[in-house]
Amino acid sequence: MDIVNQLQRQFIDHSTSLHREGIVDDQFTELQKLQDENSPDFVVEVVSLFFEDSEKLLNNMARALEQAQGVDFKQVDASVHQLKGSSSSIGAMRVKNACIAFRSFCEAQNREGCLRCLQKVTHEYSLLKNKLQSLFRLEQQILAAGGSIPVAK
Amino acid sequence: MVLGKASSSSLSMKSDEDVVNNNNNLRVLVVDDSPMIRKLHDMYLKKFGLEVQVAENGKNAVELFRFGASFDLILMDKEMPVMDGAEATKELRAMGVKSMIVGVTSLDSPYEKQVFMEAGLNYCFNKPLIADNISFLLQELNKNNNDKN
Repeated sequence: MDIVNQLQRQFIDHSTSLHREGIVDDQFTELQKLQDENSPDFVVEVVSLFFEDSEKLLNNMARALEQAQGVDFKQVDASVHQLKGSSSSIGAMRVKNACIAFRSFCEAQNREGCLRCLQKVTHEYSLLKNKLQSLFRLEQQILAAGGSIPVAK
Repeated sequence: MVLGKASSSSLSMKSDEDVVNNNNNLRVLVVDDSPMIRKLHDMYLKKFGLEVQVAENGKNAVELFRFGASFDLILMDKEMPVMDGAEATKELRAMGVKSMIVGVTSLDSPYEKQVFMEAGLNYCFNKPLIADNISFLLQELNKNNNDKN
């Protein structure tokens, strides 16, 4: 098997596992379908914007939950709500689901619960980021070897 | 008023070329404070052959109209700094803007969506917008344009 085929195989396996593990859903596939020769970096660009947004929001949540004089749960909830929206828009299913659970603890004004949820959301986000960065690296390797990226179905 | 969910995915699209040709004269304004959402919606709409402009909050959107811009369709986020989607929609309608204004929101509660609709929206969809939503809106827009001609 030549190097391009090998890399393409790895890409397909990696892509499949992202879906199988529920890390991304069909919305991510829709995103990949939007990419074309006029916008070859579209997915990377959108995902990079998502990473920037998410890291700010996670920091906001952590800061709000640290407040010694009393947690502003509305502020925490606002950040979680935004992250839920953006993760849903790129198909980051596990991050989105973690946000849904998080919101119920915000509503209950349960600081311990919120801290646990923040840990969970951060974990899911880091997992997503690592896996997507691996996917993008494989894409670059395929292109560098003169191959084409297998098309998402 | 329709609290619009997209039509079912049994909507059949014409060939890509037909759709793009039909939509070449339609101008869309995407109003959202998230650069990611603006980029995503911009791409979706361009695939349908639409001309897209973006604004990062309601105030910027209103100012575009005040300075004489016009759009066939406005995709309006709800939660934005400076001026939110509901306030911007009310202002635009008060200015006499008759364009189709569609809310695109991650609001959870039906009550909140209804309040947003009552600001003057034609439809309200959940984020993220999907291809079926856009097909539906374009059908409605083309229907309205045909009625006028």
